[in-house]
Amino acid sequence: MDINDLRSLFTVLGLASFVGIVWWAYSGRRGAAFEQAARIPLDDDDRPSSGVAGHKNQTRIEQ
Amino acid sequence: MPALRPAATRLTPELDQAWIAKGVRRSRVWLCESNLTVREGVYEMQETYNYKVVRQFAVMAVVWGILGMAMGVFIAAQLVWPDMTYGIEWMSYGRLRPLHTNSVIFAFGGCALFATSYYVVQRTCHTRIFSDRLAAFTFWGWQAVIVAAAITLPQGITQGKEYAELEWPIDILIAIVWISYAITFFGTLLKRKTPHIYVANWFFGAFILTVAMLHIVNSMAMPAGLFKSYSAYSGVQDAMIQWWYGHNAVGFFLTAGFLGMMYYFVPKQANRPVYSYRLSVVHFWGLIFTYMWAGPHHLHYTALPDWTQSLGMVFSLILLAPSWGGMVNGIMTLSGAWDKLRTDPILKFLVTSLSFYGMSTFEGPMMAIKTVNALSHYTDWTIGHVHSGALGWVAMVSIGSLYYLIPRMFGREAMWSVRLINVHFWLATLGVVLYIAAMWVAGVSEGLMWRATNPDGTLTYSFAEAVKATYPFLFIRFLGGVLYVAGMLLMAYNVYRTATAKDARVYDDAPVPAAALAHA
Repeated sequence: MDINDLRSLFTVLGLASFVGIVWWAYSGRRGAAFEQAARIPLDDDDRPSSGVAGHKNQTRIEQ
Repeated sequence: MPALRPAATRLTPELDQAWIAKGVRRSRVWLCESNLTVREGVYEMQETYNYKVVRQFAVMAVVWGILGMAMGVFIAAQLVWPDMTYGIEWMSYGRLRPLHTNSVIFAFGGCALFATSYYVVQRTCHTRIFSDRLAAFTFWGWQAVIVAAAITLPQGITQGKEYAELEWPIDILIAIVWISYAITFFGTLLKRKTPHIYVANWFFGAFILTVAMLHIVNSMAMPAGLFKSYSAYSGVQDAMIQWWYGHNAVGFFLTAGFLGMMYYFVPKQANRPVYSYRLSVVHFWGLIFTYMWAGPHHLHYTALPDWTQSLGMVFSLILLAPSWGGMVNGIMTLSGAWDKLRTDPILKFLVTSLSFYGMSTFEGPMMAIKTVNALSHYTDWTIGHVHSGALGWVAMVSIGSLYYLIPRMFGREAMWSVRLINVHFWLATLGVVLYIAAMWVAGVSEGLMWRATNPDGTLTYSFAEAVKATYPFLFIRFLGGVLYVAGMLLMAYNVYRTATAKDARVYDDAPVPAAALAHA
């Protein structure tokens, strides 16, 4: 096998995996998981004033 | 506060596993570093985010932004008034131009990328940065690289490769800092307490990995003394590897990393989730699969084999699809919240940056078409194109993100003056528009004049005639640059007032949400 056949094969595999990724991303069952993932930055309150509220749920070490 | 005796501390089951792994000796240090409060005999231990390194990089991004852009204005002035530096070598255009490009790309852009990626990866992974020491090393190491560049480049110490000018000892330092950056970033991803890796981190991760590879491969050289080296490659291979590096520096340093900013700060500032998460996945992989191959369009009509040139052109044209997919995804995130654009200048910066991203990623593929390139290459059109991407897209998305970050780093809700941000926005926008419009006219004029021939085959215009035709536009470009730098100076003032405001403080105790432990 010529090295150029390998190069062609690599290109075809590249395209195939990209098509696979598109198919996976747009498959129906990913919907809910993606919606949740999109909320990650929004569900995290990063305003400095929220620091005080953060104390409520913090981990404890009891003496 | 009673003396801390971790050995006697009873560990509760919900306590972070990593804490136990670190051992008691380490945890004593950690307890002291952390925000510790004592209430009625209960020690409450709170993990915090590392804001220090984010703050350092964010502030330095503003500083280097001003210096790098002012250097650009300086050399733009030299093109209008060529004798202004009296022929002093180290102030000449050829010495200072690489210092301008290095300082805006790697110093300004680099610091903005470090700051935002460290912030985003910590906040979206609900964990403190992988290693405080390594993160601090990336900060000081990167500043050392910048200072070394500022010392060597004006002396003419250069490898002569565009955007990779720095000589081999500095290249080695860059490689060490960059690998430390990769360890810090991916280490943070590994110890994340959230199940999913948010898309912004994918873009930051791709940017870090690819830049490591590009830098190491392209910088391979044989030293011939401390300040001189020869490239490991020769002839057309050297040119191809250089532009494989060069274009992917655009694609990964100047695009993927800043798209990471877009996917975090646009949703945050608009307070809406990204328009389509599916599209963001396809956007990411589309860019990854195509960008690598677009480099040859920098070498049209050169000794590079014709098929390689055509391949580069085709992949550049394909790039339009993922680029515009990403732009649409960013802009449509605002759907239903367009009214916020009227009142929020940070959002104006972010959305305008996306418009420029769309514009320059349309212009780029068009200029990669060989027949168009025959007109545009080596003219000021290219400079205009680069600056529509650099000032319009890269700088504006960074500025918007920094205006979001900086008040948080000083424990405030907002910058000292929102009105000043608005003034900055209009100065910047006017500056870019003046700059790129002037360069379009100058570039197309040059291209047309250079190719014009008389019926007998001789050139219609001498080179100096084309220079004369572009002269007024070089001045307009200078003005555009002045406006842009003026905006950056306002930003620096605003940052200074924010950091020194009465209610400002060095905010280092931002708590990592403990609720996230449940996901661990």
